[in-house]
Amino acid sequence: MEGILEFFNNNLYIIYLLIFTIILGFEIISKVPTVLHTPLMSGANAISGVVIIGAIILIRQAQSDDYFTLGAGTLAVVLGMINVVGGFAVTDRMLEMFKKKK
Amino acid sequence: MVLTSIINLSYLLGALAFVVGLRRLSSPDTARRGNLLAALGMSIAIIASMIYPFSNADNNYIWIGGGLIAGTLIGLVAARRVQMTDMPQMVSIFNGLGGACAVVLAMIELVQFYGGVAKSTQELVVIVLALLIGAVAFTGSILAYLKLDGKVSDSQVTLPSHSLINNLLLIITLGLSIYLCVTGGSLFIALLLMAIALIYGFSFVAPIGGADMPVVISLLNSFTGLSAAAAGLIYNNNIMLIGGILVGASGTILTVLMCQAMNRSLFNVLIGGFGGNAATSKAQLGEQVAREVVPNDAAIQLFYSQSVMIVPGYGLAVAQAQKITKELDDLLETNGVSVQYAIHPVAGRMPGHMNVLLAEADVPYPKLLDLDDANDALPNTDVVIVVGANDVVNPAALDDPGSPVYGMPVLNVWEAKNVIVLKRSMNPGYAGIENQLFFHPRTKMLFGDAKASIQKLVSEVKGLR
Repeated sequence: MEGILEFFNNNLYIIYLLIFTIILGFEIISKVPTVLHTPLMSGANAISGVVIIGAIILIRQAQSDDYFTLGAGTLAVVLGMINVVGGFAVTDRMLEMFKKKK
Repeated sequence: MVLTSIINLSYLLGALAFVVGLRRLSSPDTARRGNLLAALGMSIAIIASMIYPFSNADNNYIWIGGGLIAGTLIGLVAARRVQMTDMPQMVSIFNGLGGACAVVLAMIELVQFYGGVAKSTQELVVIVLALLIGAVAFTGSILAYLKLDGKVSDSQVTLPSHSLINNLLLIITLGLSIYLCVTGGSLFIALLLMAIALIYGFSFVAPIGGADMPVVISLLNSFTGLSAAAAGLIYNNNIMLIGGILVGASGTILTVLMCQAMNRSLFNVLIGGFGGNAATSKAQLGEQVAREVVPNDAAIQLFYSQSVMIVPGYGLAVAQAQKITKELDDLLETNGVSVQYAIHPVAGRMPGHMNVLLAEADVPYPKLLDLDDANDALPNTDVVIVVGANDVVNPAALDDPGSPVYGMPVLNVWEAKNVIVLKRSMNPGYAGIENQLFFHPRTKMLFGDAKASIQKLVSEVKGLR
């Protein structure tokens, strides 16, 4: 019990952030028309590629002769970047069509 | 110190751009700018993480730069090449790669840990979370891609008593995770955990099929977000945390919305109930004969009607028939026939899939009716053309409790005066369920590829003028 309370006190900021972001995420999406679900899913998917930031930080802090971390980290950067760039580009392509007809 | 403040401020701006971008993505007028704004936020975040001052870091910019360029090129080419009809598959693959990224990061952290870098239990928990969720999102998305692309069928990957195996895998995964976090485990345990989590992701999606695929993609999307958030906790990085949680939360709510559209619970979707008891409703069908119509008669019927409602489904996407459909639409409109489209929320393989396709063919936005508006308009519609849709127009959803689609809101097309169903053959739809609509007294069938059939209708209508 004490451990849980301690964890709560030490991570109060993170817990606040989590709760408010979750509520924000729910609120944003609950007002979206069905028409935009596919582009929205695709755009949100691109945002989930934010995991690439972790890969960049990891490589920067690695030793320059630690080839395992560098190699695997670079793989992570490539994977993350495909998700980010591909995701935003595909979303833009879809939305471009919605715009054209007006 | 100043640089650190600027960078922290940039992260804040990036996070704000994600929130505002997502918000703008929710309205047709601002959606495109919203997407660009989110992309801008991501660029800011990436640049900020590149110049953030670390003491005694080797930086290794060449490795990062190489990875960024390679990823950008692959992503751009893939996004440029993909057909609009294959969009769901593409999103699924991109999503899987994000999950894979989290898996690689978590494994690097674990390898460092076993190489002597100290980590607290709390850090281990977060790393294992990123590993597990990322792995499930990765293999799950890949299987979803294979299924959507028709490379793998449901029965090929579903084992007898599959849900039992899934539960067993889940228990083993969770048990191993707890063991690893409490005792620290070993590299072998970590690799084993990764392997089982990857298998679980595959196995988790295996029994889910048919019309439930969009729900799964949405769910896996939120998983990737959560794994990114867990990775954000590893590196104590706020923008990863916020971006990941935003996607996790929005993906979850989108998943729930889609389940509601089909009047099914998420639990029901996950155990793969769809199509499970199709046999019971098939039995009562017996020998029934569907009436066929030739293109010429169908064209005359269309030409002399007041109002036409087109119901597009996945068949339209497969046949690439969206442009020719628009041509038929224009042709009829110039002859004074009012043409509208009825869009079922789960038509196609993704919510909004049909809207994207029809937008590609320049069909004006106000012509697309949603489920409720379409059902209000249907009784006053002269002719309904069902183009490659099946389960979303199945009357069994209303009156056959034995049918797997029972309870799902459908388009009541049989309330219109005439129904013409364009279909390749009498085979049941994607969910494998028979459809009484095809034998309805008001229904006539026009067999053939959707694009070819509509092409014939277009030339017949032209001949009438």
